[in-house]
Amino acid sequence: MSAATPASPTVQGSSASTNARRFLKRNAWLLALLVLLAVMLVFTKFIQPDYGPRAFVILVVAALPFAFATAGQTMAIIAGGIDLSIAAMMALISVTAASLMQGQSGEFGIVVVALVLAMGLGVGAINGIAVVFTRVPDIVVTLSFFFIWEGAALMVLDSPGGATTQWLRDLLTGTVGASFIPTGITDWIPKALILLVVGLGAVWIPLKLSRLGLGLYAIGSDKQAAFRSGVPVNRTKVASYALAGLFASMGALALTMNTGNATPIQGPYLMASVAAVVLGGVSLAGGKGGFVGPIVAVFILRLARQDLTFMQVDPNIAQVVEGLIMVSVVLVGAVVALRSKRS
Amino acid sequence: MTNTADATSSATDSGLLLEASGVVKTYGAVTALSDASLSVRPGEVHALMGANGAGKSTLVKILTGAVHPDRGRIVIRGKERAVHNPAEARKNGLVSVYQEPALIPDLDVGSNLRLTHTPIDKFSAWLPKLGVEKLDLNEMIGDIPLAVLRVMDLARALALEPDVLLLDEMTAALPADLAEKVLDTVGKQRETGQSVIFISHRLLEINALCDRATVLRDGETVGVVDMGPGAEEQIVELMLGPQGEDDESDIHTRVSTGRDADESASEDRLPRLRIRDLSAGTKLKNVSFELRAGEVLGLVALEGQGQDELFGILSGSRRADGGTLEVDGVVHDFRHPADAIAEGLVLVPGDRSEGLLPQRSVRENIALPYTARARDWGPISMGSEKVMVDMAIERLQIDTRAQGEVQRLSGGNQQKVTIARWIAGGVDTLLCFDPTRGIDIRTKRQIYHLLRELAADGSAVLLYTSELEEVQLACDRAVVIFGGSVVDEMPADIATEAVLMRAAYGLPRAESTAEAPA
Repeated sequence: MSAATPASPTVQGSSASTNARRFLKRNAWLLALLVLLAVMLVFTKFIQPDYGPRAFVILVVAALPFAFATAGQTMAIIAGGIDLSIAAMMALISVTAASLMQGQSGEFGIVVVALVLAMGLGVGAINGIAVVFTRVPDIVVTLSFFFIWEGAALMVLDSPGGATTQWLRDLLTGTVGASFIPTGITDWIPKALILLVVGLGAVWIPLKLSRLGLGLYAIGSDKQAAFRSGVPVNRTKVASYALAGLFASMGALALTMNTGNATPIQGPYLMASVAAVVLGGVSLAGGKGGFVGPIVAVFILRLARQDLTFMQVDPNIAQVVEGLIMVSVVLVGAVVALRSKRS
Repeated sequence: MTNTADATSSATDSGLLLEASGVVKTYGAVTALSDASLSVRPGEVHALMGANGAGKSTLVKILTGAVHPDRGRIVIRGKERAVHNPAEARKNGLVSVYQEPALIPDLDVGSNLRLTHTPIDKFSAWLPKLGVEKLDLNEMIGDIPLAVLRVMDLARALALEPDVLLLDEMTAALPADLAEKVLDTVGKQRETGQSVIFISHRLLEINALCDRATVLRDGETVGVVDMGPGAEEQIVELMLGPQGEDDESDIHTRVSTGRDADESASEDRLPRLRIRDLSAGTKLKNVSFELRAGEVLGLVALEGQGQDELFGILSGSRRADGGTLEVDGVVHDFRHPADAIAEGLVLVPGDRSEGLLPQRSVRENIALPYTARARDWGPISMGSEKVMVDMAIERLQIDTRAQGEVQRLSGGNQQKVTIARWIAGGVDTLLCFDPTRGIDIRTKRQIYHLLRELAADGSAVLLYTSELEEVQLACDRAVVIFGGSVVDEMPADIATEAVLMRAAYGLPRAESTAEAPA
């Protein structure tokens, strides 16, 4: 009984029914989030009967930088860290991009995009190297870089300014047009949504198929076991922050594309990204959770804000309500998880 | 028995698979290894033995690349290697299975195999031989019971076909049937010319399985034993070392006790503590014993034999899966340390930092258990607190020159504070978990004295100790735990180090009356 095939009676894939059950169990949180999003869309249509493609496009465009910031934060948190400098990185990268593009030709915009994405990887890697090298807790190191990148952004551009190439702006606004698809459908597909899917997919799909992707979960789940399994713990840690930086640069581009210029003061993306990660079912302790959940959570939080605007709630109260939504969703989720574990 | 000299001479033979020699490792002022060596022949199962603190785990960490030695050579298949991490050790043909499975809890089985480049077909061929019949590759590691995980870890290591397989306490936490299959499979590794380094606390298991054993004592390789009848005795002797005169001889005279006078009286009364069939997880199985008022009961066990769980249950920080715990004849189920404290069971933890507030003063630390009763919220009576604290400081002779912050006291004085905080208010039952570890001899002696005094005043003391000579110095009786069960119980006057060591390794007490080491 020396050579057994993978289909030997001992080790096997699961039957279809156990697979389905397991899929439901593992993705219960994501499914619940999707249901919540659907309910909120229905609710939106109810309070705002003329909610249509235009409002939806506005929602997605506004959500885009949040979604990229959240994707970056997810990287850092799954690998057992946290990146408090994510919004500062976005500010630094977006002012760099806008300054470079000012007064330049459209073709040069392509160079800038490539440059800025590389810059994101580099800036993120610096965060990661600092964490690994100093052995200071992630939260302290990235808090330091919160100030450092913010300062660097102000050195690049001390007040809002810069410019964006027109084709980049066109890439973001409006909906996908294709003659063979009825406009009734294309009106609901903002270009920003395509950008989001392409940006996330280009990083996440190769990662999911590689050993680096497994390594990210491994070092976040159990550093010691990962080390003993032969995972290069430090390099994987640096990679997680570099990827967070890469997503930050996508978020920065989205910002610049939307406003046409850039501001060195960081936006509300740090707290929002952590909030979406938590709401998206990723454990702050690392190692657990997916990538889609946090993105869905971004849309839930953005849609909640849009709804509160429709309902003409005082923006200050709206903030309180957003906070309450988050706490209650996470609380309900935790209670349900605890109950199902006991039974 | 061959000694170290023979071992080094045989090391010059080219036939060795792995050879470590002159390995030194110090941590600050502490020397973990002073001169360790180990040589493994092809196709042998080689045991690595040593009492607690002998340097076994440091040597393992060095071999697997988790720790770098200060000095020493590691030669694998005739080539000197510097191993920097487990991945590198694996490339050199040395694969380890650790006590804690090196599997990622949040990934499924398949992903874990991919992570370590394990050939799945070979992995799945090993599993049934090791007694695991069915395993789903999509199952999450976190959902699989520990015993199966350990077997999977072993199957994964075997699938990599290493030259040297290092097994650290492989059979611990395994049910008997799985353990048997594992040992069987490990023994068969010989036939392929692959070698195994086997670490276990179970001496009988070692003699049945292994060809030779290397024994470490105080960071030094003190001998290599060929297995065979009587080898257990040789190993125990080597681990104990020469039984000569020790430094301060007066500490070896037993601390006086006033016990004998009222012994008959205490026999009639209910025991302070009666434990019946206490079990917890896989570590603690049906432990029963009694602790009477006025006695110091020594508890002897090797590391990880269930004593942590036992003390956890007695002090209310974890709950038993089965069995009963009676205090003065009444059954209790502690849900919280406060429940145990309310019944007079107080803990002096092994890790001092668990019991102290390091940044607060000696006074506050001692007074805390006395004032920290929930119903007593409100003003603290400073007068009575001062009297009690001063009495406790006096009694334990705590050096209070640095009393502003407990963390600035010496280790011995910190340990005294952890005891003082309980005796300030009077103590019924004191649970001491290795209270003298890493403490100077004078303080140790004061602590023994105090324990005896407390017992003489009618307290009951349970003393777990990793230093076997303490039993005769401070205790009236000794209970030995091995593999989560009580294996022996004896009065202190026959509980010599040698007798306790044999019992702690699960060997039968054959010549206990003769008491002559072989």
